[in-house]
Formats: sequence, C-alpha cells, structure tokens
Amino acid sequence: MKRAFPVLSILTAILLSYALYQALVVAPTEQTMGDVQRIFYYHVPSAWTAFFLFFINFVASIQYLARANSKTDRLASYLAVGIGVVVFAAAFFIPLPEGMRPSAVGTTGLLATGLYLLVRSLFSQADTDVLALVTAEVGVAFCLIVLVTGPIWARPVWGIWWAPGDIRLTSTLVLWLIYVSYLVLRRFSASGQTPILAAALAVLGALCVPFVYLSIWFFRTQHPQPVMGGSGSIDPRMMHALLINWLAFMCFAFLVCWSRYRLEKLRREVDEVHALESLKDVSRSAR
Amino acid sequence: MSPASDITRGPARGITRATLLKDLRLEWRSKDAINSMLFFSLLVVVVFSFSFDPVAEESRHIAGGLIWVAFLFASVVALNQTWARELRNQVLDAYRVSPAPANSLFLAKAIGNFIFVSVLEVLMTPLFIAFYRLRALGPAWQLLVVGVLGTWALVVNGTFFAAMSIRTRSREIMLPLLLFPISIPAILAMVQATTAILTDENSARFWIVLLVTYDLVFTTSCLLLFETVLNAE
Amino acid sequence: MTETAPVITVSNLIKQFGRFAALRGVSADFAGGKLYAILGDNGAGKTTLLRTLAGLNQPSSGQITILGTSNFHDICQQVGYMAHPSLLYDEMSGMENLAYFAQLYGIAEGSRCADIIRAVGLDPELSRPVGQYSQGMRQRMSLARALLHDPKILLLDEPFSNVDIHSAGDMVRLLGGTRDQGKTIFVVTHQAALLEGTADEFVWMEAGKIIGRTRSFKPPEPVA
Repeated sequence: MKRAFPVLSILTAILLSYALYQALVVAPTEQTMGDVQRIFYYHVPSAWTAFFLFFINFVASIQYLARANSKTDRLASYLAVGIGVVVFAAAFFIPLPEGMRPSAVGTTGLLATGLYLLVRSLFSQADTDVLALVTAEVGVAFCLIVLVTGPIWARPVWGIWWAPGDIRLTSTLVLWLIYVSYLVLRRFSASGQTPILAAALAVLGALCVPFVYLSIWFFRTQHPQPVMGGSGSIDPRMMHALLINWLAFMCFAFLVCWSRYRLEKLRREVDEVHALESLKDVSRSAR
Repeated sequence: MSPASDITRGPARGITRATLLKDLRLEWRSKDAINSMLFFSLLVVVVFSFSFDPVAEESRHIAGGLIWVAFLFASVVALNQTWARELRNQVLDAYRVSPAPANSLFLAKAIGNFIFVSVLEVLMTPLFIAFYRLRALGPAWQLLVVGVLGTWALVVNGTFFAAMSIRTRSREIMLPLLLFPISIPAILAMVQATTAILTDENSARFWIVLLVTYDLVFTTSCLLLFETVLNAE
Repeated sequence: MTETAPVITVSNLIKQFGRFAALRGVSADFAGGKLYAILGDNGAGKTTLLRTLAGLNQPSSGQITILGTSNFHDICQQVGYMAHPSLLYDEMSGMENLAYFAQLYGIAEGSRCADIIRAVGLDPELSRPVGQYSQGMRQRMSLARALLHDPKILLLDEPFSNVDIHSAGDMVRLLGGTRDQGKTIFVVTHQAALLEGTADEFVWMEAGKIIGRTRSFKPPEPVA
C-alpha cells in the first residue's frame, strides 16, 4: 500500500506528459478555430473529472446520512439498486432525445449503482464523510479549471468571454457555486455537527443539478446564442487525445484525493488522540 | 396516571398550527422581521428606480428580474429572524425535549415565512407597478400562480438553510451563501415566467411546471432531512 | 429501608466536544422517588450530564437507560427539563407560553396550565410578558414549564440562581412535595445548602466524573 503511492505518482506523471504530447503535437489543428481549440483537451477532461467527483460526493453524503441506522441503510441500498435497474430497463423502452444511445444511458445507470455499492463496501460510515469532503474539494478545483479555460477559449472563438445562454458553461458555474457553498459551510460550522449539515447540503445540492440543467436549457432556447462547432465528425486523433487526457486527469484526481484523504484521516486521528488524552488526565491541579 | 401519558405523540397538525399561531403572535408583538423587511424592500425599490429609469416597453423586460431580486433579498431578512426567535432563551431546546415531531416545527416555520414574505410582496407590488408603469400583456392571473410557487420555493429552502446557518459561526451571512446557489434554477424560473407573462412574447407554462416540480422535490427532501439537521450537535 | 429499582442507569458515559471531554466516564444508578442534588465546580460536567440525560446531547460513548429504555422518543413524556436559560418566549405572557407547550405535549385540559402556575406561586392572570418578569418569577415560570406535563423525572439546572432566599425556600418545599409524590428529581446547583434536609443524596462531580455520593451535605473523602 505504501509503495503504491509513489508508483502511481510516477505512472500519472508519465501519463500526463504523454497526454500533453498528444494534445499539443499529435492531435491535428482544428480548421476554423486554430490552435486555441487545443485547450479543449484540458477543458473537457477537467469537466468530466469534476462531475465524476461531485457524483461520488453525492453518493458518500447519502451514505453518511443513511447508514446512521440500519433501516435507512437497507432502504437506501435497495433504492440504489432499484434505480440502476429501472434506468437500465427504461433506457431501452422510453424514446430518448437524439444523440443518446440507450446502451450508454443504461450502462450509466448500472455504473451509478455499482459505484454506490463499491463506496459502501470500501468505506465505513465515518469515512464516507472524509470521502465527501475530499471529493468536493478536488472537484471544486477541477471545476475551476473548467470555468477558467472556458472563457479563454470563448473569447477568440465566439468573440465574448461569457455566454449566459450557454448551457454547459452556465450550469458548470452554478454547480461550482453549490459546491463552494458546501465547502464554506464545512469551514464555518462547529466541528461536531459539520458532517451532518454538510451531508444534508450535498444531497440538496445534487438534487438541484437536474433543475439547473433544465432551466438553463430552456432559458437558452429563448435567447440568441453563439454558434457552436458541434455538428460534423470529429477527427479520431482528436478523440484519442481527449480520452488519453481524461484518463490522465482521472489518475491525477485520484492521486490528489488519495493523499488528501490520508491527510484528513491523520488529522482526525490526531484529534482523537487529543480527545483521549483529555479523557485521561484528570486535572490534578484542582483545589 | 399522568394527564398526558395516554398521548405519546401529539397530533402533528395541531402542533403545526399551534407553532404557526405562536410565531404570528410573536411577530405581531415584536414586529422584528416585518419592519426590517418592509423598509429594506422599500429601499431596494427606490434604489432600483434611480439605477434604472426605463420606458414602459423596456421595463416589462427587466421588471421580472428586479422584482424577484428585491423579494429574494427581503426574504433573507425574514428567514434570518425565524430561528433567531427560537435561539433566544434557547427555547428550541424546550421543543427538542418535547414529544412534538420535528417536521411540525419545520412546516410551521415555512408556512409562517411564506405568510411574511407574501404580505411583503402584496405591499411592494403596487410600488413596483407605479415606479415602472407596469401592465401585463399576457394572462395576469398566471402571475399569482408564479408568485405563490416562487415564494414557496424560496421559503422552503430558506427555512431549511436558516436552520443550518444558525449553527455556524457568522450566522447571518451564511444563509445567502447556502440559499442562493441552490435557488438559482427557481429564481431563473420565476424571473423568466414573470417576464414571459408581462411581455406575452412566449408562454410561461414550462417555467410553472418547473417550479411545481422544484417545490415538490425540495419540500419532500427538506422534510426528510430536517429532523437530522435539528438534532445535529 | 428497601431500595427501589433504579429508574436511571448510566454506564461509562463519555461526552466529548471536539478535543474537550466534558464527561469522562460517568457510571451510576439512580433510584426512583428521590431528590438528588448534583454539586461541583464550574466545568465539572453537571450541565452536560443533565443535558445528556434529557436527550439534548448525544453521548460520545456509553449508555443511558431511563425507565428501561435508551430511546428518548419513548420517554420524553416522562422527563421534564429546566435549563439555565428560561426556555420561554419573552414576548408572551406566562399563560400563553404554557398553553403553547401544553399543545406540544398533547395536554388537552385547559385548567392544567393555570393550576401549575398557581402551584409555583405565580398568578395565572398576570398578563405581563415573561421578558418583564423579575429573575425569580422567570425561574418559577420556567419550573412550571418543566412540571407542566407531570413528568416522572425532573432535570433542573440551577433552579435557584438569582432567586431570593424566601422564594428559593418555597421552591425547595415544592420540589420536596413533588418528590414525595414519587417523582425522581435531579437538581444541579451551587446553592446546595438550600437543599439540606430535603435532598436524599448529594452527588459530587469533578472534572467530568462522579467523585462521590453522600447522604448529607459533606464533601466525600478525597480519594488517595
């Protein structure tokens, strides 16, 4: 376990450099946008990584609340499995919007359930709080990368820094705000109650995401919006560079989360030792 | 044996009503929330009227945003007051040791805030109409629907997050930090629906449906989570 | 004299607030129908013990059994709690306050509130808001709130603070009478002398532990 960390660090470093090479050299230059389009190899993987981390935060927060007693724990597990199965089945029966493949949607549903059960088997109830904290922190960092690189790209391509009607940028911004408020709450609440309050906020925040997406999606349809280079096929070398970068970013995020997780666990152990000591040393100076 | 031992859990609806009436009575006597809310919103209207001096045509497009932002800020003032009342003399502890269900307290507080904010909206709307020379081109009755749904959306989350923020350091500032991000979709819906009705350029139906769903989802989840949050120490 | 079965059993109770331990392993049995005075310096853990018994604090570890159960929801009808702050709404009169709390406990009879206010020596007709009461009157009203639902167990935190000697004597007599009806009463106080002759047992706390229990108001022998 101890050796795994440096090994993984080296592997991640190599992967990141290879991904950089792919993005800057191997991937062809985009015809209309030029070299500025290469920022996408960082923008998009960061976004996917951040969303993934936020989803883990959601799962961990639910488990922190649900596993407080065995009845709700069982209920939550059944629900997680039920939702996975229903999504998988529904993907093939309900007509999906254009561009969504039923198999992809169904697999996502099953993956979400798998993730829930994985987290449940790997982490104790107390540790899910640490996991939630860590994924929110790292997720916010990656989300910030998305928000900074987005306008850098948008300025030369759209001619504006920010398009309020753009669904992806705007919903990412709202997501970022929600999780920043989560971190602020964690910082400002008294230590004993932080986990419960934070978990409740995380659950409400995650429930809010579909509403954010829907409202901005509809908002967009009423407003003029910049033309996106969406249609048309993507060069396989571009796709390749994008996926390599995603892999590298996920490894990097995992690494950061891991070390942050260990740090937080250590911090809590130190606290516990202090608390134990305060239990032992009955003040001899009394009277 | 004891006069009350046959009732282990008081009837929840009666407790909700009793708590609501108690809150209304307290507010009627102290007028903490309503006075500061009213004055604050009046200030907002006046400041806005200096900042934007639109002709009637333009004002229809921006009034939805102005009105809801003013209501949002004003409701934060009321929401901060709700739990402050329970913290004085730690009366909340008396509720917690009683057999009364936590959700009755939450519902009473949410309904109370809904009443306060609605009173305020009723008083402020004429001001907005006068200052901005507003007249709805679309179906005006829909404004009432949007008002009720939008206010409930603000108030139900606001009551919940106010209960959270009283447990933090820097209480007062914490509430908007928690409430605003999660309310963004609801605010967008209220503003867009109001603008749609005022200008009659497109239908407000989508936004009303969105608000109904938002209200249902968040009322349910607040009720599910409130007891845990109330008893967190 | 036969000992009655304990109504409250506390075993190895620990309560930590962050790095500070307020209770460091409290174990004790308390028999029913007695009046216990809990004594100790500031920070000895008296209030924390009371709050934990009332279910307001979750124990960090250890077990509390009250009337045979550890689930506070089942026994909150049987426990009355009076805190250091008044737990009353300052803007309402005493009667209005009690009428509200009576509804929380599902008490239907209208006369109960007036009776209990008279029992603590106040006038139910008094229309002044509680915020304008004197400290002594407020303490009595607070006691009335704790007694309202006729609980079997009373937890009182500093009921005599800022109360004049005369009124405190009245309150002690009231508590003694309540005890004689078979209730179990815990009184956290700095004015233990008031309870001499009324209290059945004095429980001495220091640094989050019970260091001794005596029948009379005499500190226990220091443990070597």
